[in-house]
Amino acid sequence: MGRGVLPYLFIDDVDWGIMNILITGLITGSMLALLSIGFSLIFGVARIINIAHTAFYMVAAYCIFSLSVKLAFNPVAGMLIAVVFVTVLGLLVYKFLIDPIREHEAAVLIATIALAMIFQEAILRIFTGDYRTVSALIEGYFIVTGVKVFYQQVLTFGVVLVILGLLWLLLMKTRLGLAIRSTAEDREVANLMGMNESRLAMITMGLSVALAGFTGAVIAPLMVLSPYMWMEPLIMMMAVVVLGGLGSIKGSFVAAYILGFTEALVVFLIPKGAFLKGSVALSIMILVLLLRPEGLFGVYFEEER
Amino acid sequence: MKKMTVGWSILLTAALVMAMCFPAWGRTIKIGVIGPMNFVQGKGHWNGATMAAEEINAKGGVQVGKEKMKIELVKADSNEFLSVTDATNAMERLMTQDKVDFVVGGFRTEAVLPMQDIAMDYKKIFIGCGAATDSICNRVGENYSRYKYWFRGTPFKSSYLARTSFSHLGMAGAVIKNELKVPVKCAIVAEKASWTEGMIKAAEATIPKMGFELVGVWRPSAVATDVTAELSAIQQSGANMIFTIFSSSVGITFARQAGELKIPAIQVGINVEAQKDGFWEATKGMGNYVMTLNTYARGIEVNEMTKPFVETYFKRFGETPTYTADTYSQILDALVPSIEAVGSLDADKIVAYLETREYMVPSGKIKYEKDAQGKPTHDLTWGPGYLTSLGVQWQDGKLVAVWPNKWKATSTVPEVTYKGMVPLKLPPWMKK
Repeated sequence: MGRGVLPYLFIDDVDWGIMNILITGLITGSMLALLSIGFSLIFGVARIINIAHTAFYMVAAYCIFSLSVKLAFNPVAGMLIAVVFVTVLGLLVYKFLIDPIREHEAAVLIATIALAMIFQEAILRIFTGDYRTVSALIEGYFIVTGVKVFYQQVLTFGVVLVILGLLWLLLMKTRLGLAIRSTAEDREVANLMGMNESRLAMITMGLSVALAGFTGAVIAPLMVLSPYMWMEPLIMMMAVVVLGGLGSIKGSFVAAYILGFTEALVVFLIPKGAFLKGSVALSIMILVLLLRPEGLFGVYFEEER
Repeated sequence: MKKMTVGWSILLTAALVMAMCFPAWGRTIKIGVIGPMNFVQGKGHWNGATMAAEEINAKGGVQVGKEKMKIELVKADSNEFLSVTDATNAMERLMTQDKVDFVVGGFRTEAVLPMQDIAMDYKKIFIGCGAATDSICNRVGENYSRYKYWFRGTPFKSSYLARTSFSHLGMAGAVIKNELKVPVKCAIVAEKASWTEGMIKAAEATIPKMGFELVGVWRPSAVATDVTAELSAIQQSGANMIFTIFSSSVGITFARQAGELKIPAIQVGINVEAQKDGFWEATKGMGNYVMTLNTYARGIEVNEMTKPFVETYFKRFGETPTYTADTYSQILDALVPSIEAVGSLDADKIVAYLETREYMVPSGKIKYEKDAQGKPTHDLTWGPGYLTSLGVQWQDGKLVAVWPNKWKATSTVPEVTYKGMVPLKLPPWMKK
């Protein structure tokens, strides 16, 4: 028998629970997918571990806050401006900070950590540590089989799917995409075949940061903004990338949903342990790595010649 | 020539002797204000202290024995939300580089405990204005000679916060029974943080004794950005009252999403973000009907000192003071009168004097407690006639006070109602 509390279809507890997990898992997974694919892309093509990736996502979110709340810009226009701004910022960072030291992976790692902290401190100085929020593009919710879902969540999910679709088209159906995939597969051979590996790395960096910017743009209405908001998704994003296989875009996509659903399961099945959702997701990553160290879709990398 | 050299030597020696005998010429009383300065809690620390220092200095300063000394504030950013190490470093700098005479502030328990140890190492009076954990003052009773320089300025301890919150629950529960004619089903939602552990245990034991059904306990992360899963589960449980225990950003997320989803339950408890003027904007108006424990609200008079403090603070800083701004009363009403009474900056003398005092502050009356063995703990006495705090609720964009409103702490004490109270309102979607 159903609850009979709300005016919709009768459902039992199992159906309600499954629907909630499905919706929450899809939304969380989509957001992780968008973040981690960008990260995977730049690693796959240029072997750059960009720890500042989620910091770009934070910068985009604050741009939207500034534009839509402080300056009363149209929210959609604000989001587009934020993405463009973050992309340009990412390209400048690549040109002047990362490219000169690109051959030294450890140096790039440290430089991007420093960059993330610089962004954090800059945001803290400009906006203080007070929590900020951005209005939803569409307020309100609807009910599907007994579960209340925000319109904004569905919009976010839809936009994420569109972006992922466009990315797939770019990578699979364009010459640029072919060049990116080839370089990701074997950088040296791609170079020998006449592809400008350095220029491709820059384009990929722009693409990667744009994805981070898009993530910030679509997620900002669902979140509370703080100068430290880049840290939590960084860990989950890296877990997704490692679980999926470093450099594998397909792997990142699948792993994002695996960990997204894991988080949803933890929250629903262990209410008192909802805060453990991150830990459980990371534990699953470790378990998979013990069985398959290269990740779900990763390959063993050959030694650099 | 020889006579001149001798003359100059005598003059120099005399000057040195005078400087040694009168070391306080131009000397100030240095008070360190330590807190997370990039956050509203630290800003409250600094703003309250600034108001107090300006008020005192405008009157000529503090009478310390035979001389007047002005107050000099030293700002120290503890950065304690991010790093406890930064907090302890900041306290060390106050002790060693700035050589302050007193310290006020602190917020996170995890940071205040080690900062307390540092201040005690240097035997400097440290008045806490933010951390509620009982153990901070229990240390005073357990090791008085070491920890006697610590006093709690605000808020009262966690166990009293819990008792106050249960009074709020009782009031809200009575309104639900009266208006909706249904039994009360209560859910506990508490952020995962050390300060909430004791309160959760107490709530799990107390809520059933109040005649309410406890339907579940949820523990989101303190910085959770999405609690729709928890809210769905809470609604599914049939809860019509949610006991919230939040101090971090999850308070905004929860209130906003619960309001957007029109969860048919009233939120009562502690939501530190809901104490701030910016809460309404942060939740985009979805935080309507959220009730929280608070210290100050505009238009409320706990005593004759309350309104002047709140209105002056509001005029000066454009926002209602939160409890961390009680650095104002701790400097103005606790420290300065004690210094003037003992006539020196000697910490031991001030401690001995201060711990026996009862004195008025804008939020009530302060009297320091003793433990069961009669040893001073320098903790705050709670209850009618002392400190009770307020229960405030967001009603259509305004933060109004709804408790204490004809509140009887026990059957033998008189009712308490502060000037300016209004009735609690249930969300209209609960009545459908």
